[in-house]
Amino acid sequence: MTREPSLIEQVAAVARRSALGMYRQRALLFFPMVFPLILFAINGSALSSATEIHGFPTHDYRAFLIAMPFVQGAMFVSISTGTNLARDIETGFLNRLALTPLRSEAMLLGQLGGAFVLGCVQAVVYLLVGFATGVSFASGVGGVFVLLALSIAISFAFASLGGLLALRLGSGEAIQGIFPLLFVTLFLSSSSLPRNLIKAAWFREVATYNPVSYLLEGLRSLVIAGWNAQALELAFGFALVLALVSLGLSGTAMKSRLARA
Amino acid sequence: MPPVSDPSAAIEVRELVREFRRGPRAVDGIDLVVQTGEIYGFLGPNGAGKSTTVLMLTTLLPPTSGHATVGGFDIAREGARVRAVIGAALQEAALDMILTGREHLALQATLQGIPAKQRKARAQALLERVGLSEAADRRVGGYSGGMKRRLDLALALVHEPRILFLDEPTTGLDPQSRAALWEEVARLAHEEGMTVFLTTQYLEEADALADRIGIIDRGKIVAEGTPAQLKAEIGSPSVEVAPVDKGAGDTLAELLSRFGALQRDGRGSVTVQLPGGEAELAEIVRVLDSNHLRVESLQLHQPSLDDVFLAKTGRKLEGAAEE
Repeated sequence: MTREPSLIEQVAAVARRSALGMYRQRALLFFPMVFPLILFAINGSALSSATEIHGFPTHDYRAFLIAMPFVQGAMFVSISTGTNLARDIETGFLNRLALTPLRSEAMLLGQLGGAFVLGCVQAVVYLLVGFATGVSFASGVGGVFVLLALSIAISFAFASLGGLLALRLGSGEAIQGIFPLLFVTLFLSSSSLPRNLIKAAWFREVATYNPVSYLLEGLRSLVIAGWNAQALELAFGFALVLALVSLGLSGTAMKSRLARA
Repeated sequence: MPPVSDPSAAIEVRELVREFRRGPRAVDGIDLVVQTGEIYGFLGPNGAGKSTTVLMLTTLLPPTSGHATVGGFDIAREGARVRAVIGAALQEAALDMILTGREHLALQATLQGIPAKQRKARAQALLERVGLSEAADRRVGGYSGGMKRRLDLALALVHEPRILFLDEPTTGLDPQSRAALWEEVARLAHEEGMTVFLTTQYLEEADALADRIGIIDRGKIVAEGTPAQLKAEIGSPSVEVAPVDKGAGDTLAELLSRFGALQRDGRGSVTVQLPGGEAELAEIVRVLDSNHLRVESLQLHQPSLDDVFLAKTGRKLEGAAEE
């Protein structure tokens, strides 16, 4: 005797599988997680004199830079999520799931379960590294928790984007090929300097229109400025918009990808 | 469009068509009926349209036109109800190499809505049935091709479906694994009354397993019937008799001439066509015995499904896909 499982049961079952997959491939995830820390160490040391620029918001460049690993890590999450989903499409595993009563929205949200776990782990690791290098929070203990929440939200948003790319492209190689483009958006943002201190006008303009700047600035505000409602609203807002748009488009892409009656 | 008409049919297909953009018609207006409890073998070379048909019947690919019901439900309008009564092991064993066999079954059981209290027992029973108990907690990445296929079959059976689709289930398997899978499929149909729709490119598989066979070539069904019917359409069986005494060929030919047309091979052996079928074999043995003609070997040759495929398409099944 069977009954259709609830949406929550469906999401939980697929998410458990997704998280198990991430956990069991942790060796593959190690370097993507460490790479942002390497950049953090190099830039933190090489560009520390940036704090001498008039108007730089802090005397500790690492405190300024610590937001970057969180966003860069979230970009890696998008790639791993997209690659895993693309593999499911390529191997036919998605068809196996499609033959069950699983709802397409549960399939999608469940696939993001692993991304959620990875996002949490990364956020904690980056936070601990930040503390170890002497970064302190101007917003206090509460700010630490808000930063964790924002970081997870950003990871989830990028994971949704990864899911959308997988559903549209259906190929792990194509997803890997897109990764450099994501990186470009990180470097064309306020990742290394505050926007108002970027000298090149075109760069400043691009960084202003680049939503990644606002994700970084929301995270950064908790560390160097304390409670900045506008920065937080923009960061959570952009993460939410990215997640909702990606999930909405993914829902359509999932339906056409499955094409089941 | 002709209406679906046979209420006892497990699967009924009328003028089903699937076209792909910039490609030929993969399935070109096929009609077929599979009765409940039957093993239906869908035989054809690679690219003939077998898998496309299975994808449509399992609701994973919408038909371009035509009509089909599976378990009494319309594949285009009642997809969820179709999926509830079918199990499917598609062409590639679509498994997650990271998960164990038991984890696969647990996931499938949850998604199929098996009550939580029954999931473990159901998974264990299926693992035992397909002989994977010992490997149940190993990751699937380390399984052999045969083990993956058996797990695939177990996954298709989790929710006790009425109709089972198996798309080339033994492709790439060693003879031992193939025989084990045949045995299980036959048991499911004959002991549990499950309807099985089996695609294959192996003649011996269709011959050994299927109650009825449909031969598909270039998207069209070119022949359909029981294996015996299909072979009978091609011709009668023959028996080849080799005498111990090679000089006894003339006597042997004289004795066998009453049964049908003869062929001699010049080494004493005589082959005789049996228009009356293999039932005449017993009489041949009696005649040879009563005339004290000692026989070295006696071989009955049945027309093969390959002969049927050749007669219907003008090509041998082996290598047909490359043409």
